[in-house]
Amino acid sequence: MTTSRRKFIKISALGLGAVAASTTAINMFGSNSYIDELVKKNVSKKFKRTATYCEVCFWKCAAWTYTNEDGEIKKIIGNEDDSHCYGRLCPRGTGGVGMYNDEDRLKTPLIRTIVNGEQTFRKASWDEALDLIASKFKGIKETHGAEAIALLKHGAPGSHFEHLFKAFGSDTIAEPAYAQCRGPRETGFKLTFGSWVGSPEPTDIRDTKCLVLIGSHIGENMHNSQVQEMSEAIDNGATIITVDPRLSTAASKSKFWLAIKPATDIALMLSWMNVLIEEGLYDKEYINKYATGFDELKKHVSQFTPEWAYGITTIKPEVIRETARAMAHAAPSVIIHPGRHVAWYGDDSQRARAMAILNALLGSWGRRGGFYFKESIKVPEYPSPTYPEPKWGWKEIGEKYPLAEMGITTEVMKCTLPDKDNKYPVKALMVAGTNITKSIPNKKLLEDSIDALDFMVVVDTMPMDVTGYADVVLPECTYLERYDDIRSATNREPSIAVRIPAVEPKYDSKPAWWMAKQIGERLGLGDYFNYDDFKEVIEWQLKEMGTSLEEMEKIGVKNYPRKSGPMYLNEDETYHFPTDNGKIHLYSQELANLGFDPLPNYTKHPEPPQGFYRLNYGRAPMHTFSRTVNNPNLNDLKKENDLWVNPKVARIIGLKSGQEVWLKNQDEIISTFSIKVRVTERVRWDSVYMVHGFGHQNKKLTRANGKGINDTELITKVFTDPIMGGTGMRGNFVAILTENPYKNTEI
Amino acid sequence: MRYAMIIDTLKCVGCSDCVVACQTENDVPIGFCRDWIVETVNGSYPNLDLELKSERCNHCDNAPCVRCCPTGASHGGDGGIVLVTANECIGCGACIESCPYDARYQHPDGYVDKCTFCHHRLEKGQLPACVSVCPTKCMYFGDLDNPNSEVSQLLKNRKHKTLAPEAGTDPHVFYLI
Repeated sequence: MTTSRRKFIKISALGLGAVAASTTAINMFGSNSYIDELVKKNVSKKFKRTATYCEVCFWKCAAWTYTNEDGEIKKIIGNEDDSHCYGRLCPRGTGGVGMYNDEDRLKTPLIRTIVNGEQTFRKASWDEALDLIASKFKGIKETHGAEAIALLKHGAPGSHFEHLFKAFGSDTIAEPAYAQCRGPRETGFKLTFGSWVGSPEPTDIRDTKCLVLIGSHIGENMHNSQVQEMSEAIDNGATIITVDPRLSTAASKSKFWLAIKPATDIALMLSWMNVLIEEGLYDKEYINKYATGFDELKKHVSQFTPEWAYGITTIKPEVIRETARAMAHAAPSVIIHPGRHVAWYGDDSQRARAMAILNALLGSWGRRGGFYFKESIKVPEYPSPTYPEPKWGWKEIGEKYPLAEMGITTEVMKCTLPDKDNKYPVKALMVAGTNITKSIPNKKLLEDSIDALDFMVVVDTMPMDVTGYADVVLPECTYLERYDDIRSATNREPSIAVRIPAVEPKYDSKPAWWMAKQIGERLGLGDYFNYDDFKEVIEWQLKEMGTSLEEMEKIGVKNYPRKSGPMYLNEDETYHFPTDNGKIHLYSQELANLGFDPLPNYTKHPEPPQGFYRLNYGRAPMHTFSRTVNNPNLNDLKKENDLWVNPKVARIIGLKSGQEVWLKNQDEIISTFSIKVRVTERVRWDSVYMVHGFGHQNKKLTRANGKGINDTELITKVFTDPIMGGTGMRGNFVAILTENPYKNTEI
Repeated sequence: MRYAMIIDTLKCVGCSDCVVACQTENDVPIGFCRDWIVETVNGSYPNLDLELKSERCNHCDNAPCVRCCPTGASHGGDGGIVLVTANECIGCGACIESCPYDARYQHPDGYVDKCTFCHHRLEKGQLPACVSVCPTKCMYFGDLDNPNSEVSQLLKNRKHKTLAPEAGTDPHVFYLI
């Protein structure tokens, strides 16, 4: 985060030496026409702008790509009319140009081969790579059925391959965005309010009077409109309450920072419920009108006093009471934020339920400054034959998790392992747009299941670590070089945005839609890809929606008026929540019927043994998971992660900031690379913290390789949510090694 | 006309968007920057203060870099903006040493470079790139000679500070605290 000026200057001094050595005295001291030219070029004024929406993260902000007279991409600026960014991109969106310029990009298709007994990749033509994929897919379909070919995906490329897979007869599809990320909260909120939170979250932050962040670090996660609205809320004098064992950026902006002991959030939330009910601070009218199960809730939480929670959470009873009162004072303009990456301890759906119940008690769902009723517009489906009905898919694979609503990546991967009782054998895998080695925990299981595959294809723009496991690698062009699906945004008002290529694809890279179509045609599925260029698909869709590509090229984003009714509850009418009885479920009969706790309970989670520290991980504002670390512009801002260590711990172990250390987890797994220590008061003494996404092993990522530690490789213990299959990852503990564990090992 | 920039530390999240926007707007080579983020932590757990802010050239009225420049390449321009005329710069680095804000760097092409308040954008009526992209809108820019401007009003109504006031440089980047 901190850019060292001294370091930059040192580098530049060296740079000058090099220039002086290679430049004539006339250039240095005489007329400097080349510098004049450079200055002119720096402020080049003739730009062409092309509409796009960003894919550096998945918030999908609409933007303009600016190209100069030579057709070079110079900058990317947010679209003023877009409710995801309000005309201002985050550093990653601004730095999206680096994704295009990165010279380490995948340049041609690659096929695994053996040279002199060593496995390696060789360059291949598109025809050769696509023919191979089609023949392998056909073969597996004949022997095992199309269902045996799985797709793990994320982002825009995923939707093109999802269409291909469904056309081929496979619904064995999953993405880490569910079980490794926000799945638990969708389940928790749906059980309570009848609907998912969804993305972007319908949090009315700009109008809130009280924002409660529980382990959610807005400002370090740059979910653009949320960051912008939090800033607006600060200007408006909103009270921010942050619950986090670490002084996050958001915590530093908060009136109340509750430096909670990790893994105890549910206890705090139960005691907040206790205060709201015991002190009569909850929204009685709202609860009477809209909720069921209040009596059961009241009885349940009566035992969970702030004094009870103090011993668990380390938060003082008077602080618990004061913050509960602050929320009630602001209600209903209060948001208990559902968070986003919430796969932590295995009781995460229940944790999300506790958040949802608090929101219900405060009457914030459907209220200004709380949660608004979101709306989106449906993009008509391009005419295509109906999909065949697969015999099994993600749903059957995840059947032991009764409320899973999307594929569970880890369960899909387990299906590749030889097991005579496995009813759902997976034989081949395509991975598109997700670096699963840094998003799916339990590396051993992942590697074993990849090893058991007959065939694996990876589609990416970069040689991410996952590409190293593939039989075929397909180079995708970046979002700046391709058409993609229309972005239909779910927001206060519906809107659409288009992605139009600003430049031709660099190297021999291709758009995902093209790859899907090419493979589809080779599989005899040409009817499902009834177009020559994806542009025709969006042209047709835009026409159906009463606009045109021509218009969208000019405006980039089109906003539509709401049709579903007001954004907030109309107090004179009775709203029917989309649950079975139209009411908010404080007590969940559905959970009770399934044998789960109908009301959330605090469960004590394992604590670090002597000499170990809980491994917490999070985000830095300039990076998206592992996918941006090699981006030249963003790498320039943050090249590696560091290990946050409390000064007390540093004193015990004898650590200094900048010192190189290695980590060993509770299962004796040692980090592949080292990490530099950052001694800081911002972190508790029982845990250490690092930004997720570093420690890349692929040497082809020249900037990212070997820099920092990959937290995911140290997450070998997984706490699975029995309700929906989320993979809890916060229960891993690490010891800090000051000696190089590999010093006697040749690498 | 007296240009000034104000950064609200209560809103800045230190995301570095200002840094990237400056790099792409001004073709600042990778590895260098005209603006940067500084994080300051005070106190001990859990009684802590964290300040995040974006720093750059302070466009001082009493600019040591201008005074010490042997060629006159560093000079005060319209609106009090301190600029470097690249083709008059001999890259001697005296200005780099004299700047109390560490705001200047040697461009690989041989001259000294730094923030210009994006004067090429100001000419077109646009805000500096950093200000225009900031997702938290914590950055303000305007004319201090106009008492009704947003910057004048903010300095009138909000508690603020400048960096290294002891250097007596009369800086024109202010921080709301």
